[in-house]
Amino acid sequence: MCSFLTHFTDLLPSNFHEPSASKALPVVFCVFWLEILLISERYIRNDGDNVQLSGADIVVKSLKEEGVEYVFGYPGGAALHIYDAFHRQDDVEHILVRHEQGATHAADGYARSTGKAGVVLVTSGPGITNAITGIATAYMDSIPMVVLSGQVMKPLIGYDAFQEIDAVGISRPCVKHNFLIQDVNDIASTIKKAFQIATTGRPGPVLVDIPKDITAEVTEFLYPNELTLRSYKSTPPQAEPNEIFSAVEAILNAKQPVVYSGGGIVLANAQEPLRDFVRKLGFPCTNTLMGLGAYPHSDPNFIGMLGMHGTYEANMVMHEADLIIALGARFDDRITGTLDGFAPNAKILHVDIDPSVIDKNIKADIPIIADVKSVLELFNRELSRREKDINPELTKDWWAQIKQWQSLDSLWYEQDDTVIKPQFVVQKLHEITGGEAYVTSDVGQHQMYAAQFYGFSDTHRWINSGGLGTMGFGLPAAMGVKFAHRDADVACITGEGSIQMCIQELATCKQYNLPVKVINLNNRYLGMVRQWQEFTYEKRYSNSYMDSLPDFVALAEAYGHVGMMIEKPSDVEGALKEAFAMKDRLVFMDFITDQKENVYPMIESGKGHHEMRMRPGSKTLA
Amino acid sequence: MRHIISVLMENESGALSRVSGLFSARGYNIESLTVAPTNDETLSRMTIVTNGDDRKIDQIEKHLNKLVDVAALQDITVAGHLEREVVLVKLHVEDDQVEALKRIAKGFNASLSDVSKNKFIVEMSGSCDKVDELLNSLSNGDIIEVARSGAIGLAAGEEALQVPA
Repeated sequence: MCSFLTHFTDLLPSNFHEPSASKALPVVFCVFWLEILLISERYIRNDGDNVQLSGADIVVKSLKEEGVEYVFGYPGGAALHIYDAFHRQDDVEHILVRHEQGATHAADGYARSTGKAGVVLVTSGPGITNAITGIATAYMDSIPMVVLSGQVMKPLIGYDAFQEIDAVGISRPCVKHNFLIQDVNDIASTIKKAFQIATTGRPGPVLVDIPKDITAEVTEFLYPNELTLRSYKSTPPQAEPNEIFSAVEAILNAKQPVVYSGGGIVLANAQEPLRDFVRKLGFPCTNTLMGLGAYPHSDPNFIGMLGMHGTYEANMVMHEADLIIALGARFDDRITGTLDGFAPNAKILHVDIDPSVIDKNIKADIPIIADVKSVLELFNRELSRREKDINPELTKDWWAQIKQWQSLDSLWYEQDDTVIKPQFVVQKLHEITGGEAYVTSDVGQHQMYAAQFYGFSDTHRWINSGGLGTMGFGLPAAMGVKFAHRDADVACITGEGSIQMCIQELATCKQYNLPVKVINLNNRYLGMVRQWQEFTYEKRYSNSYMDSLPDFVALAEAYGHVGMMIEKPSDVEGALKEAFAMKDRLVFMDFITDQKENVYPMIESGKGHHEMRMRPGSKTLA
Repeated sequence: MRHIISVLMENESGALSRVSGLFSARGYNIESLTVAPTNDETLSRMTIVTNGDDRKIDQIEKHLNKLVDVAALQDITVAGHLEREVVLVKLHVEDDQVEALKRIAKGFNASLSDVSKNKFIVEMSGSCDKVDELLNSLSNGDIIEVARSGAIGLAAGEEALQVPA
């Protein structure tokens, strides 16, 4: 019976793959009914020593071979054979989300908190278009992800079939690479390639689009151990010894240096050599939004986050530096402010694995294209050899200047007895979780408060959409983190705007018992929009006020969770303690916060590092 | 400045759209783009004529290199190179102008095909500048249509564009 189907397709007219619409459809429906008749017997067949599997089973077995624990997805017609294959195995667990965007963010959160590739499975058409936002989010932050999408049957491709979309075309600008599989014999090797490309070099999402008919065909399953791709190098370039020597020479002679480290440190797991490097030299270190945790917030060498809402001292250090040591960071516009007059006296030492990042926004004087971890290790080895040449006296005046900038306490805010300050909630969250929680965020003011006030001590703990700035990211990302770290505290810091963009995932949290803690900083405004309107649009608050908010407590309860509303500053600590004591429940904490609070300090549009807008009433330099 | 970038890429469906998508997404100019398989049928050779300052060209090359399908590339304008473009020009020519057209064709080493009554196709291969000159010389005539192939080229030195071992 099972070979009958393959023979049947052989009997099709030779123009079957380029059908005219009128001829093709009856044939296709015929195949469809045959599929139903044959499916129960077709998926596995043993021809002597060869294991024969259906394409759908090959998909799932390939994921198992890659060590995948979880696949986040949502079923639909074109993916049904693959879903059926999931049903007959226990090796890879499929997590049913409530929207494909949620699937991608959950896989993304899993990836960011583990360093492993997140895996997504969606159907064709709206399945993949819904996933695009999450794929783009991962792309912008260089997150390893493999997205499998069902596609309509091969003979229907190009005929505007039901739920057909050109997935390869629509995803092309936001993936590292993508594939449309044309042959059942290519499924295993393509999935292997997808993981290899997603996880090596500068990581990123890879899409594998699989037509439905291919997942029903049967072939021998052979999963390749190693694949050499002619046009893609999986091994990163290595730094040349002379590059290391000249970089270290510049480092040892710097009087006003700064270590500026980004998400690349997190992706490369280079936090330990980074810490050694900074401590050996006694240099000030700043982290980007994506790099928080790489250098511990409490260390005296840490001068805070830099950029648009970074600390005054971090931005001034960048402006006045004579050597910027950029490690796995890309000088993006939220970091540099205006490029006119950027760090006028600085020599730029730029280390990145991606050559296209070098000289893109800022010209590098000493470029090193290599894996940042290996470069830091080489730096450290060279610095150990030249230990006697490390002269702390050289940076003494620099540190005196930095201390003066730090004395302004640029993150200060005024505590209030009656209305909850959002910063205060984040600070209390840090206290109650011991600074050890995994913190995801959405996008807006609350994201900046979280970055400024949580205080991270380790990498992979701070999970946010930095590059694309995707509202709706926080809750599904927290689900992915929770799957990876069942016993850890996972908090999603969000706002009443962002949370509503993926709130349906509260149902997923219920189904899989994911006791995430949602910290909703509810100021009844799209806060960051309101802040910009206050500063640059003469307080014309166009469409930034949110009327008709849901009763979040009732909503959380409707989804089967615990809801709390907190309105008084004096209740903040108690509520957080109570929530985190409920180890097995998702608690949605709706903090009613100050509507007028703004994120300070700020580099406004068109301004430079040295032109920060400080909170009104700030101290000034003597 | 004008640059001719030769690219060896996997001969797979979608490879061309990755390149054209890269140019449109990042706002780079494409003056011309030609692509065809090479003697190794698994590889296509693409020739892109673009322009920009050194920084832009550097970014274009880096981003092209990042494409997974791209196996190798070379900016052949950096050193000596041979550049060729084919042009076909169809003209309406009155009987008393045929001799003049033949003279122009001869001057450009172009060939002339008599396709129908008073219709000729001029065919020439040469540098893009030469093609421009020919079109300029013909501009007083009654041009019906023009097809240009876009430039292809090879670097003049001993080095060849190859997939790195």
